[in-house]
Amino acid sequence: MHLPMSKRLPPREGEWIDRNRPVEFRFEGVAYQGFEGDVLTSALWASGVRLLGRSFKYHRPRGVYSLANHDVNVMVEDGTRTNLRGDVLPIRSGLDVRAVNTAGGLARDRLRFTEWFSAFLPVGFYYKAFHTPRRLFPFYERQMRKVAGLGRINRTARAEATPKSYATCELLVVGAGPAGLAAAIAAAECGVQVVLVDEQPHPGGSLNWQHAHDAAARRHLPALLDRAGSLDTLEVRCGTQAGGWYADHWIALFDDRRLTKLRARALLVAGGCVEQPAVFHNNDLPGVMLGSAAQRLMHLYAVKPCDRCVVLAGNSDAYAVALDLREAGVEVVGIADLRPGGETGELGQRVIAAGIKVSAGHTVFEAVPGPGKTNVAAVVLCPLDVDGKPRSDAAVRLDCDGIVMSVGWAPAGGLLYQAGARFTYVGPIEQFVPRSLPESVFAAGRVNGFFKLEDQLADGRCAGLEAAKLLGRHDGPVPPRPVQTGPPPSHPYPIFDHPKKKNFVDLDEDLHLADFVHAHQEGYDNIELLKRYTTVGMGPSQGKLANMNAVRILARLNGRSINETGTTTSRPFHQPVPMAQLAGRRFHPLRRTPVHDWHARAGAVFLYAGPWLRPEYYPVGATAPDDAIFDEALAVRNGVGLIDIGTLGKFEVSGADAAAFLERIYTGKFAQLRTGRLSYALALDESGIVIDDGLVARLGEDRFYATATTTGAAALFQEMQRWAIVWRMDVVLVNATGHWAAMNLAGPRSREVLAGLTDIDLSASAFPYLAAREGTVAGVPARLLRVGFVGELGYEIHVPAGYAMSVWTALMEAGRGHGIRPFGVEAQRLLRLEKGHIIIGQDTDALTNPYEANMAWALGKNKTFFVGQRSLAIVKKRPLERRLVGIAFPPGYAGPLPLECQLIVDGDEIVGRVTSIAGRSTVGRPIGLAFVRPDLAEPGTRVEIRSAGRLLRAAVAPVPFYDPKNERQQ
Amino acid sequence: MKIIHCPINGPRPAQEFVYGGEVRDMPDPGTVTDEDWADYVFNRRGEPGVKREWWYHLPSGTWFVAERDNRTDQFLRTYLFDAPPDV
Repeated sequence: MHLPMSKRLPPREGEWIDRNRPVEFRFEGVAYQGFEGDVLTSALWASGVRLLGRSFKYHRPRGVYSLANHDVNVMVEDGTRTNLRGDVLPIRSGLDVRAVNTAGGLARDRLRFTEWFSAFLPVGFYYKAFHTPRRLFPFYERQMRKVAGLGRINRTARAEATPKSYATCELLVVGAGPAGLAAAIAAAECGVQVVLVDEQPHPGGSLNWQHAHDAAARRHLPALLDRAGSLDTLEVRCGTQAGGWYADHWIALFDDRRLTKLRARALLVAGGCVEQPAVFHNNDLPGVMLGSAAQRLMHLYAVKPCDRCVVLAGNSDAYAVALDLREAGVEVVGIADLRPGGETGELGQRVIAAGIKVSAGHTVFEAVPGPGKTNVAAVVLCPLDVDGKPRSDAAVRLDCDGIVMSVGWAPAGGLLYQAGARFTYVGPIEQFVPRSLPESVFAAGRVNGFFKLEDQLADGRCAGLEAAKLLGRHDGPVPPRPVQTGPPPSHPYPIFDHPKKKNFVDLDEDLHLADFVHAHQEGYDNIELLKRYTTVGMGPSQGKLANMNAVRILARLNGRSINETGTTTSRPFHQPVPMAQLAGRRFHPLRRTPVHDWHARAGAVFLYAGPWLRPEYYPVGATAPDDAIFDEALAVRNGVGLIDIGTLGKFEVSGADAAAFLERIYTGKFAQLRTGRLSYALALDESGIVIDDGLVARLGEDRFYATATTTGAAALFQEMQRWAIVWRMDVVLVNATGHWAAMNLAGPRSREVLAGLTDIDLSASAFPYLAAREGTVAGVPARLLRVGFVGELGYEIHVPAGYAMSVWTALMEAGRGHGIRPFGVEAQRLLRLEKGHIIIGQDTDALTNPYEANMAWALGKNKTFFVGQRSLAIVKKRPLERRLVGIAFPPGYAGPLPLECQLIVDGDEIVGRVTSIAGRSTVGRPIGLAFVRPDLAEPGTRVEIRSAGRLLRAAVAPVPFYDPKNERQQ
Repeated sequence: MKIIHCPINGPRPAQEFVYGGEVRDMPDPGTVTDEDWADYVFNRRGEPGVKREWWYHLPSGTWFVAERDNRTDQFLRTYLFDAPPDV
């Protein structure tokens, strides 16, 4: 059973509904019928529903207001999506929605009694009342969270992927009303490639509703659309909002499912104006609406706004609205015109000829609610005194069920503001208009203050030709812009005080006039401060109906002009955008080494190291992870292991100045490094902070090969490139990280494993510790570096990435008889910790200098320059603040262990921090590295580590913990 | 998103670039006072105006110099460090 569409008007030309396609939907559990083309708000109003929503704070009843999504009176949810705007929600078969922000349904909303306390809830109340006593704040917060916010989130909703697209054009025209269409056509006729967007589902803008009563005006629309359709270079996108402007005309276009990132060479905004409400008592009652809303109801959806109405006029538009209403069968009881002289033009005469009573110099003083307080029952009119204040002693009451107001307009200038336009308030039209525009930004139509159709068309054409000229598509003359004439389209102060104070300025936030007066009295006399204290314009409609009146109020309170008062900042988006449309793909760059597939087949557990995936360890059957890791470490200590270190940075440094360059980049000395030898390399930044380390091998007189840490390599290489430019050195740098694969064959049996696979003489005399050799491994050209990061005999084997897999499998095959095991990052971290080798970024932080890290040995003596050297000279004069030391727990210790980064304390004082820890080591006791105050750095010093509420006792210990004489790696 | 003109690769989206700080001359470490050296290392000039800045085009590994007006965020011109345009 559907309620009849009792307020539907007979069919009319241009309506957006399709009467052949009825649509059934549900609202608040009740079934209704509308037509294809209806939005929720229009379909409900057509069915005679007046209570469409509840306001945010006082839960006041709300109905149609702008019908343009400029207010948020009608916000609904369907169980999956929330905060859907009724003004722009097309009804579809099966739509089943409820109003947001009610407790127990729209009609019986228990929170509607909040309003009874409104006198005790002045602006700023929450700021002042709920922060003391502090201990009660969590309680306040919980209570407020229950009533704050709008809509409910469905936590079980599935993630929804939304498409993104990219587009370009020469000129983006925003707004497909008369000005925008004329502009787009003029530019496209010159050959400019134009995209024209409009947030409405159909083009035409105000031609569809505001000019609908005028048969001559109406004929413009098909002519413009025909012309637009005939131009190959003009693309029209309706149902698409230009949501925000970003640098270099990078504009976010949103339609109902897709975000398009459009790059334009020029921008032309013909976005029109937003009709502004008058402020009077109960100006939010269902039945009070903007003139444009009434016209949209009648002309777009063929819905009668009300049966008997009073029109509040502040401009000529109100008279056109009154005539439209009368033509639709509404009894227009009268027009209250704020202007003492009323309407002087032709419209005024037509209204009088139609028998409509006009009360010039009058305002609506209040709207009188009906018995259920959810509709208009009458209006109280008052004459205005010479100061524009209502004279309530001369009030007249008229029965009606609708109050339609047309008192003024504010430009929809958000995109222009974002694009760098400056606006100024122009007295003769009582409106902000663009005063200065960036070179490739244009504005046309109502936003420029043109309200007459012929002016809008002419202004649009001028702007389109100007844009074409800028884009080099037009070299003829551009006609001059039209000149605005006639009475101002906006009233300077349609705002009226009332003793009962329910005269709303911001319908989103239930802010009334007195709130602004109070805020001003408390000193918030700047527009940006006033906004934040009152929260005006901070609701879901972002002040589309409130900001202009707030500026007018503040200007008057301060006794200053509108221009002196200014406006608040306009940020994206023009209309709200679902988060789903903004969310990007879950994407981040990922690098795999060329041996990755082998690790995966071996069942490796991977971890992220910067952008790289590295094996953390290789699980073995049901063995616990810690045991598997420890077994890997033991294999290296006692036999042989193989680790993929292909993630290390690898740089080729060559050229006549290569050695000199490396000496400037790193702290060490390389000029005397003999070919075939390698050296540890430590890099600092200009402030002397340790930033990276690695090895530098000399492969020839002017040819070096350098390694860098996995996560620091990219940044270090960038700095090397820049210094090479600044120093103007003859050096060629190649980041060969991806070109070379690398693996470390380590353990006492590594030489035996490698011996059968290489032509290089591996004897200790021919290939000693810290030597580098080029030769072949498994038939593949290779670079071998003899180093001891894990503290055993070992060979770093670097081969071209394409051969990595065959070399790796050859080594594993050759090692099978020796019990070779692949080992992962965890085992390597343990092995190097036992040797006291630091990991940059783990055992150092963003303030660590080499002296603190016991790296003074790595600073070359008698060097003229290296990056960070001059700063170290200063650092060295000062006492050390901390030192990196080894810490150890007693052998057999089985108690809890600290975590990395936990604090070392001395009573209440923090004296250090753990940087690395291993509970189980091949040296038989828990060990770690830590920063401590220098006076605690002596081995044997007892330290206390705060961990999970306990104090754990350890002692400073000498490093290396393992093989202190470094005999095993030699 | 901004468009930045790389002297080697032409106009590319800002996403591809890394800011490298202002172009500054290092004082002679051999003669500079500790105070002046600390000023060079730690202090940056943030006043409004046209800045000479290092920018790095990440995909191609190109360092270049940009003259940028930080009041309007406009790139006035870009060039390689060794090849400043004739003024």
